[in-house]
Amino acid sequence: MPTKTYVQTTINGEQVEFLCEPRQSLLECLRDILHLTGTKEGCNDGNCGACTVNMDGRIVCSCLVLGVEANGKEIGTIEGVATPKGLHPLQLAFLEGAALQCGICTPGFIVASKALLEQNPRPTEQEIRFWLANNLCRCTGYDKIVRAVMDAANRMEAAKR
Amino acid sequence: MKWIDYASPHTVKEAVTLLAEKGDAARAMAGGTDLIVEMRVGRRTPALVVDIKGIPELNEITYTTEDGLTLGAAVPCYKIYNNKAVIKNYPGLVDAASIIGGTQIQGRASIGGNLCNAAPSGDAIPALIALGAKAKIAGVNGTRIVNVEDFCLAPRQTVVKPGELLVSLSIPAPKANTGARYIRFIPRNEMDIAVVGVGVSVELNGSTFKSARVSLASVAPKPLFVKEAGDALAGKPISEASIEKAAELAAAAAKPISDMRGTAEYRKHLCAVLTRRALNAAIERTRGGTVNAH
Repeated sequence: MPTKTYVQTTINGEQVEFLCEPRQSLLECLRDILHLTGTKEGCNDGNCGACTVNMDGRIVCSCLVLGVEANGKEIGTIEGVATPKGLHPLQLAFLEGAALQCGICTPGFIVASKALLEQNPRPTEQEIRFWLANNLCRCTGYDKIVRAVMDAANRMEAAKR
Repeated sequence: MKWIDYASPHTVKEAVTLLAEKGDAARAMAGGTDLIVEMRVGRRTPALVVDIKGIPELNEITYTTEDGLTLGAAVPCYKIYNNKAVIKNYPGLVDAASIIGGTQIQGRASIGGNLCNAAPSGDAIPALIALGAKAKIAGVNGTRIVNVEDFCLAPRQTVVKPGELLVSLSIPAPKANTGARYIRFIPRNEMDIAVVGVGVSVELNGSTFKSARVSLASVAPKPLFVKEAGDALAGKPISEASIEKAAELAAAAAKPISDMRGTAEYRKHLCAVLTRRALNAAIERTRGGTVNAH
């Protein structure tokens, strides 16, 4: 008789435990078991990046991670990007720069861009475009998104001064 | 997705024992970026998935001037192209590791997995063949070594038998006056499957080629090692004519099909163009020039 597996993980800094089937993706575990529905399902095969989460400091497609693999890992999702103090500069830049239309791709873009700015605070346009190549947007095109990431980088640098 | 059992062993011995017990019904998983998709669409239906990322040997990435590079089969692409010794000694490998999928895929996908998936278009495979890489395969009765050019048998089929596991790849330390390059043609800038891919390495001696290796992707049921193209360069002057001859031999060895990515004729043409470009880039690198991965 198939049994579920116990998983203990850290999500957005909080210890979380859940039971899942080994065949369930991390994306399914986040959305259907933990009800963290900010992470979106797009293509479910690793092309679109809508399900991007941070796992131990690297961005991954959560549709291509088994939920059981999250055991002992640190997961960061879109729900952990804003703080009680307010939105993250990336979120402000996306909002103010109208870098979204339907919004399905946005959590993936924000989580991916956050990881980029953490390791490269002043990326060039080309670096941003290559980093975000695994995130697809079917509404806006990419110019506003790339500009929003550059805007956020400027805001974060200015805040440091 | 069909029900799977999941195991995450901590030693090669444990892993091959599990794989041997289940035979055909078990599949090793590194980054899972191919396997999870295949399971979801029902193309592979293992009863047991053996996650090999918890095994130290499969995470190894070490370089010495005696033994060259030892690359664990589960090391993800981003660790490869961020590794200082790899950047310095194997730019041809960096070329491939930095164009497999996008950033998210590179956070998980391994070169070992790319080889075991044995897609005709696998970007890492021509790069490995050009560099003379060898694969270490473990089974319950010990280990064996296979040259990477002999590893793939057909689309999605390799020499790894049920009950065996690819442990690591080893690439000899680069000799003096050598350089390598992998390039592919895709109709966009990133995140696509090679219409044609070409991996080359060269060893120069003043104004002549000492030796060279040429390998092609996406033009046959498996990545091809075109020995005659490299051999044709040995002892020849570094000239357009020598390079053109090698490019012609590469195109002649290609047995492409026509599909949505390109016709057979177009792919043969690309083989020559890309072989020429890859050889020129490898020469440039040998002479200390900078050629960016992409």
